[in-house]
Amino acid sequence: MAKLIPSPPCAGLLPKTIGSLAIREVDVGPITLIAPFSGGGSATSDVLKAEFGFGFPSPNRALGENPRIAWFGLNQALLMGAACPALPQAACVDQSDGWVIVCLEGAKVQDVLARVVPIDLRAPVFKQGHTARTLVGHMHGAVTRMGDQRFELTAMRSMAATLVHELERAALGVSARSSQ
Amino acid sequence: MRLNCPICGERDRREFYYKGDAVELDRPDPNAGSEAWDDYLHNRDNPAGETRDLWHHESGCGAWLVVTRNTLTHEVLRCELAGANTQ
Amino acid sequence: MRIAGKGLNPNAKPLTFTFDGRTYTGLEGDTLASALLANGVRLVGRSFKYHRPRGILTAGSEEPNALVTTGEGPAQDPNQRATTLELYDGLVARSQNAWPSLKYDAMAINDIASPFLSAGFYYKTFMWPQSFWEKLYEPIIRRAAGLGALSGQANEDLYEKVFAHCDVLVIGAGPSGIMAALTAARAGADVILADESSEYGGRLLSETFDVGGQPGANWVADQIAELAAMDNVRLMSRTTVTGAYDQGTFGALEQLNARGGPKECFWRIVCKHSVLCAGALERPIAFPNNDRPGIMMASAVRSYLNRCGVAPGRTVSVFCNNDDAHRTAVDLIDAGVDVAAVIDSRTDAPTMGQYRLIKGGRVIGTKGRHRVTHVSVSTAEGIEHISTDCLAMSGGWNPTVHLTCHMNGRPDWNDAVLSFVPGENAVPNMSVAGSAAGHMSTLACLTSGAEIGADVARGLCLSPKVVVPTAEDAPYRIEALWQVEGKGRKWLDFQNDVHVKDVQLAAQENFRSVEHMKRYTTQGMATDQGKNSNVQALAVLADATGRGIPDTGTTTFRPPYVPVSIGAMGAGGQGKGFAPERLTTSHQASVDRGAPMIEAGLWYRPSYFPKPTETTWLDSCNREVGYVRNAVGVCDVSTLGKIDIQGPDAAAFLDFVYCNTFSTLKENRVRYGLMLREDGHVMDDGTTARIGPNHYVMTTTTAAAGQVMTHLEWVAQALRPDLNVRFASVTEHWAQFAIAGSKARELLNTMLDDPIDDDQWPFMSCGVVSLGGVSARLFRISFSGEHAYELAVPARFGASLFRQLVAQAEGMGGGAYGMEALNVLRIEKGFITHAEIHGRITAFDLGLDRLVSQKKDCIGNAASRREGLLAPQREQLVGLKPVDKAGKMTAGAHLFGNGADAVSANDQGYVTSVCFSPTLGHSIGMGFLIDGPNRIGERIQLVDHMRDVQTLCEVCSPVFFDPDGGRARG
Repeated sequence: MAKLIPSPPCAGLLPKTIGSLAIREVDVGPITLIAPFSGGGSATSDVLKAEFGFGFPSPNRALGENPRIAWFGLNQALLMGAACPALPQAACVDQSDGWVIVCLEGAKVQDVLARVVPIDLRAPVFKQGHTARTLVGHMHGAVTRMGDQRFELTAMRSMAATLVHELERAALGVSARSSQ
Repeated sequence: MRLNCPICGERDRREFYYKGDAVELDRPDPNAGSEAWDDYLHNRDNPAGETRDLWHHESGCGAWLVVTRNTLTHEVLRCELAGANTQ
Repeated sequence: MRIAGKGLNPNAKPLTFTFDGRTYTGLEGDTLASALLANGVRLVGRSFKYHRPRGILTAGSEEPNALVTTGEGPAQDPNQRATTLELYDGLVARSQNAWPSLKYDAMAINDIASPFLSAGFYYKTFMWPQSFWEKLYEPIIRRAAGLGALSGQANEDLYEKVFAHCDVLVIGAGPSGIMAALTAARAGADVILADESSEYGGRLLSETFDVGGQPGANWVADQIAELAAMDNVRLMSRTTVTGAYDQGTFGALEQLNARGGPKECFWRIVCKHSVLCAGALERPIAFPNNDRPGIMMASAVRSYLNRCGVAPGRTVSVFCNNDDAHRTAVDLIDAGVDVAAVIDSRTDAPTMGQYRLIKGGRVIGTKGRHRVTHVSVSTAEGIEHISTDCLAMSGGWNPTVHLTCHMNGRPDWNDAVLSFVPGENAVPNMSVAGSAAGHMSTLACLTSGAEIGADVARGLCLSPKVVVPTAEDAPYRIEALWQVEGKGRKWLDFQNDVHVKDVQLAAQENFRSVEHMKRYTTQGMATDQGKNSNVQALAVLADATGRGIPDTGTTTFRPPYVPVSIGAMGAGGQGKGFAPERLTTSHQASVDRGAPMIEAGLWYRPSYFPKPTETTWLDSCNREVGYVRNAVGVCDVSTLGKIDIQGPDAAAFLDFVYCNTFSTLKENRVRYGLMLREDGHVMDDGTTARIGPNHYVMTTTTAAAGQVMTHLEWVAQALRPDLNVRFASVTEHWAQFAIAGSKARELLNTMLDDPIDDDQWPFMSCGVVSLGGVSARLFRISFSGEHAYELAVPARFGASLFRQLVAQAEGMGGGAYGMEALNVLRIEKGFITHAEIHGRITAFDLGLDRLVSQKKDCIGNAASRREGLLAPQREQLVGLKPVDKAGKMTAGAHLFGNGADAVSANDQGYVTSVCFSPTLGHSIGMGFLIDGPNRIGERIQLVDHMRDVQTLCEVCSPVFFDPDGGRARG
């Protein structure tokens, strides 16, 4: 009989500290992609609200802490940290193993992100609870602000090594400047 | 170049994939005949001025967009969702 | 020479550097140019075409002459402008374009031969015979031409690319830029202030003006300190804004080479408004032999004197047509430097100090081989020879309009400043302030900067206050003087060696359009893009063609404003940064087994798993094929695209995107599907499983996974919004392994919590199984023709499952197999990949036209019925095998009738896939042959001209092995 041993996407790659930036992998627990069917948005939101206290998020927003839900594209959100309740009005797809999520924290975190993410992450524009689908380097991914100096990046699991490589490179550039 | 995605807001062009003329939205009836299908598949205008294109926000929300822009001034006049099935 | 007490930094530390192998000392705050001038070095380079000796002309990024190469080996960096290159301790710089040395340059023979090297020389001379071009002319020209050279080694320096966003981008931190930034930032706008220099202040650092009652440099320091203290301001020194692009996007190059860490950084700055405060560039005057080392711009002489404390000569003369240049004489005299004369072309020139003024004078010639020693001046009294070792010239100022032209804007001629000024609204949401807009006094610059800063702030709904400090407000008095009559060449473009006669020749030969003149003469090309020569060249052309300057117009200024290295543009794109790497969960296990990994799109997959006794890849491949044909093999197939499709209309959706039908597929069953493009050609194929009433899982090929996903989004959103369906890629969530061979089920049953049998799990069935309590998906499908399964587990278990599957397989006489074996197995069965479905292939060509259901509409259905796509003369899929079993076959070879000449007119088709089949003992192949299915048994020539292969083959069915498919079902 098989005895399967799990391994996380960034096994052997993280955590790391480069200059003032700390990079670590985040295990958010189960991840379910929820995509309400046509006309099923409010019914889906109601179930979520009853279960977790938050509904289906508007575009570019994340709600809750643990569990939480983050908008993840047209008609889609990722429920993280809890089993998905029965949602008859939505397609629910287990993606617990599909994504690598890393947390970046440090005084210069925005300078590092400016080297990999093309969108405007200035604090007055991209506030806590804001999330965006965008590019992370050349990779499709997502970025979420978790605090003043803390962000989470989401990328495809198979690209975990590339994600770490891109972040290391960006962080090295930033730390080389600040040490000048 | 930047496009104002109706879902995500203004984003750099690198997030978008370009498909072609928005004429592709008007798919002919299967029995419309070879001329209509030839037009739909192959014949395109090349306007110096206003044009309607299809773009996919592939590194963003995944929405298909109809972008109205001016090929001379590069002004982007409108950026709309291509489909109704987009909540 | 250094002037004690002059310069902005009296306490500057000494720095050591070398130029052409000689060691010199400079000071902190020097550029290489100022340090060379301080050391009396005048000859710094040779011109591009005639190899004429050249010295430092300017003190800025517009420098045409003083180009040097820095660094050595991989760090060698050519064409660095000495005038912007910040001095650092240990800097190694070399001159360019001279051999054997800068002083004795062999190619200076070109200068003597110059009557034969007139404008258009290359075009006229090297036209024919055509065959000489590639082998003779081009290599010779290439060797002789060119400025600096690359090392040929990969650059190891670190470059960066960064995105920045702001409300207001202020380009240039001179008096107007500082005022614009301050006014907008004090009102609350988020401001980026970028300046190409290492110090903010622009001309205020180079002049002796007071601003707000204090020396200009002090005023600058105070304002910059205020800006630096504001959270809503980002100051960017050493950053040249290089291009204006659509929708408020700007490119900017930050030079960090003097500071360690990254060498250069390319910024993409996105702003709501931009304010161009790029200042103005002083232009030379075209007089005979105006290019000798020691002849410089008047403003550059002031920059070196006032900013760096360096006098570029001991006895300086000034030649000008405007008041402004007189300040050079005044400042030099104040510093104790001898001024021989100020030669002003205006008969009513005013005097501004104690110097000899020659009114209505013109410099008509110069002397001195490696530096100027005399100038000849024509005056009312005759010709006078003046001894001088530095001539400061000024033909007036050109507003730096370049960025306003990057989006097709055209500048307007302005008679008051005798130059071009920015056109109205040339770049959306860009305003122009200061001398870039033609405001020539300090006060006018400060005022326009403040007012435009306020305008922009009001546009952001803020409430700005305009406060302007006191400053000089001298009128800009100038009289047109473009060229001086006299014997000798009057240089316009110093970098490309274009002189007045070249432009006149262009006009004479009817290259009268400014764009034609530019290309005929090379005026305004190369690294400086004619920043200090274009306007004079236009004036000469206007004169030669009898048109005015406004009618002559300008050439098109395009980005970048200064050269941007490829290293900066491609920052992060070297090595692993080139493209993301997608690694499967079995990656480490494959590498551990010594498998060479090959790229499949972004994925990396094992090619084969070598054993120590094997000497070639083919040995390994044949063994791995044997595992599957005789026992059991394991292969990671996670890279195939997997798309979860759900919804009340999921079945209808699949019927629309696939040419065959999926609504009739039963639950827990799998079906092969063929997907067409709307033009009737095959897009992709794969299997799709129905795992619930309204729930399917589609697989795509590895190559087309992204394309298919985008296509499904397109169809769902744009073409069939009526269908209620949702889908998501689950490629990444599942690690999926093929287990293939007669012992496949036996292997599985050692792993599964509940064993399976053939009744419950017939061919093309699917369902959920459990492995040690982990829920998994099992599909009984086969890409090898054997009894086979694909087992999918959540990716976190992939690495663990792969190792266990392989270990079990090895215990049964099998093992892991890679891409080579997978390819052989599928060719033996005639299964297609993107080698076959390469974009020009229809279902008909594959013999699958019956799959295109005529009972329903689907993508590609209408077009696939077009006459031309169903004709028998189309090339159709066949198998090929050599008549002589030892015969060699190659993919890419073409097919010709037996005995026909192997020329394109006789082309009958081509070969798409070839392998050696260990099962059959000879090579086999697949290809497309005209009317192929009706030619089974025919003999045909396979010809590969590239690899010199010619083999007589027999046309056969593409299914070489187990044609009735009994093994997969059994």
